[in-house]
Amino acid sequence: MTGERNSAPLLRVEDLRVKFPGHGGETHAVRGVNFELGREKLGLVGESGSGKSTVARALLRLVPRPGIVSAGRLEFAGNDLMALPESAMRELRGRRIAMILQDPRFSLNPVMTVGRQIAETWLAHFQGLAGEAQKRTLAMLGSVGFRDPDRAAQAYPHELSGGEGQRAMIAMMLIAEPEVLIADEPTSALDVTVRNQVLAVLDDLVKRRGMGLLFISHDLGLVASFCDRIIVMYAGRILETVKASGIASARHPYTRGLLNAEPRIEDARTELAVVPRDPAWLQEPAP
Amino acid sequence: MTDAVQTPGFSASRLAAWLDSVAVAAAAFMRNPLAVAGLCLVLVLVAMAALAPALAPYDPTAQDLANRLLPPGGVHPFGTDELGRDIASRILFGARITLRIVALVAVVVAPLGLLVGVTAGYFGGWVESVLMRVTDVFLAFPKLILALALVSAIGPSLENAIIAIAATSWPAYARVARAETVALRGADFVAAARLLGASHMRVVALHIAPLCVSSVLVRLTLDMAGIVLTAAGLGFLGLGAQPPLPEWGAMMAAGRAYLTDQWWVAAVPGFAILLASLGFNLVGDGLRDVLDPRESGR
Repeated sequence: MTGERNSAPLLRVEDLRVKFPGHGGETHAVRGVNFELGREKLGLVGESGSGKSTVARALLRLVPRPGIVSAGRLEFAGNDLMALPESAMRELRGRRIAMILQDPRFSLNPVMTVGRQIAETWLAHFQGLAGEAQKRTLAMLGSVGFRDPDRAAQAYPHELSGGEGQRAMIAMMLIAEPEVLIADEPTSALDVTVRNQVLAVLDDLVKRRGMGLLFISHDLGLVASFCDRIIVMYAGRILETVKASGIASARHPYTRGLLNAEPRIEDARTELAVVPRDPAWLQEPAP
Repeated sequence: MTDAVQTPGFSASRLAAWLDSVAVAAAAFMRNPLAVAGLCLVLVLVAMAALAPALAPYDPTAQDLANRLLPPGGVHPFGTDELGRDIASRILFGARITLRIVALVAVVVAPLGLLVGVTAGYFGGWVESVLMRVTDVFLAFPKLILALALVSAIGPSLENAIIAIAATSWPAYARVARAETVALRGADFVAAARLLGASHMRVVALHIAPLCVSSVLVRLTLDMAGIVLTAAGLGFLGLGAQPPLPEWGAMMAAGRAYLTDQWWVAAVPGFAILLASLGFNLVGDGLRDVLDPRESGR
């Protein structure tokens, strides 16, 4: 799958900018981001506030008010996302581009059973009977690794563990079989053992269905082992795009700084590494 | 073990779990003696209304001028009024009017307040400003004064009293629903629903409104006592139910003229109003403790 990267990428982003007008002037959250996403696993890393999530939300036109999005080009499978009317955008959300949020404890409706929420998604996008939706829901829950889909479907979100909740969330996002999946720190709220389980489910689904995955994380080590390519963001800009396999030889001082900041079990470090920052990076055109 | 649970009977156990939680709530309610007392009062009121024709010894509007202003006792347990009508029968039939007002106001006010509040809270911006400023205008007047003004504008009658009370009580519900919605609007599951392609309507109806219902219900039960009092107040001033109808407030107003010599004409309906509003108030308090632990102060 990785070898024959489609000549026509699923998602093409050119010069994406997001700004938030405020009392003390405008805040530029994203400043001129360019990238393409094919049927691959693309990692998007950066520290808090570097604009990772804002990029993702801009793709779905869900930047919270009063954010203003502008882009030279924002194209999904031949559709210009900037020009689409809101109704078409709504059909696209969930159906063709889906997004997994960070913490299942907050991203599932607490007073609705998991099964109902998943079925809801399917019913929102397809004409079908409730029975059909239910069947698909159970099948989907099975494919994200629930051994007992019936129980999971009947459960309320608080009755599931963190990992189960996140897998339910993935089921909810994938039931409409989107072409692009955006995962916004899908594992940050989970502990390590559960994290691997969720990643395995994601990896399996992406491979099997040939989806494009935009994986947002602040964990460079995790992204390097999971994704095909990595985009490194800093202060709303892309500093560097590297192959995951070549992360060790990344050139940019910021990427190197992030790599050095990774704690290693073998050396007892007395002084923590400092990630270098340079205001000059903000002016530099993205590579 | 998980396999054992995987049976078609699972939905039944989900229902059982729900019934269980209702039973737990009911048990908590029953442990509160004041709430039980309130519930008894309300049940008595309902029974009075339902069985009025069977229980009432006389026709509530039948006049008997030869026996006017009889003291309580004998064939007239609560005496007779200035037209010789049996007060006990009138109280029984009056319960129907009171309950009708409470029920109709509740049915109108809760959904209206919920709709306004949720809309304002969810959309924010100018929608919120307009809706909440209108709400503030209604809240700026004392309830009874505003209801009085409305009734005198549209004409005194039982229906118009209901309309007036409803028109003056929805703002509190709009406030409650808006506050809940603002807290929910930024929740991740709302964002999740949006990015799954749900329209605003769907998000509001399916994800936000159901979560506001419990606060609105608690507010409603607490408000019922106020509705009883406002209805009686309007009746007392001659702006509610019109004369031959045995409305408690109107009965008190009629008894005012005989207060020094024939106290029972005004005192009996007064007690009825007191007990009805007390009953609703106690039930409201008890329900709040059960349904909304945040506000119970425990």
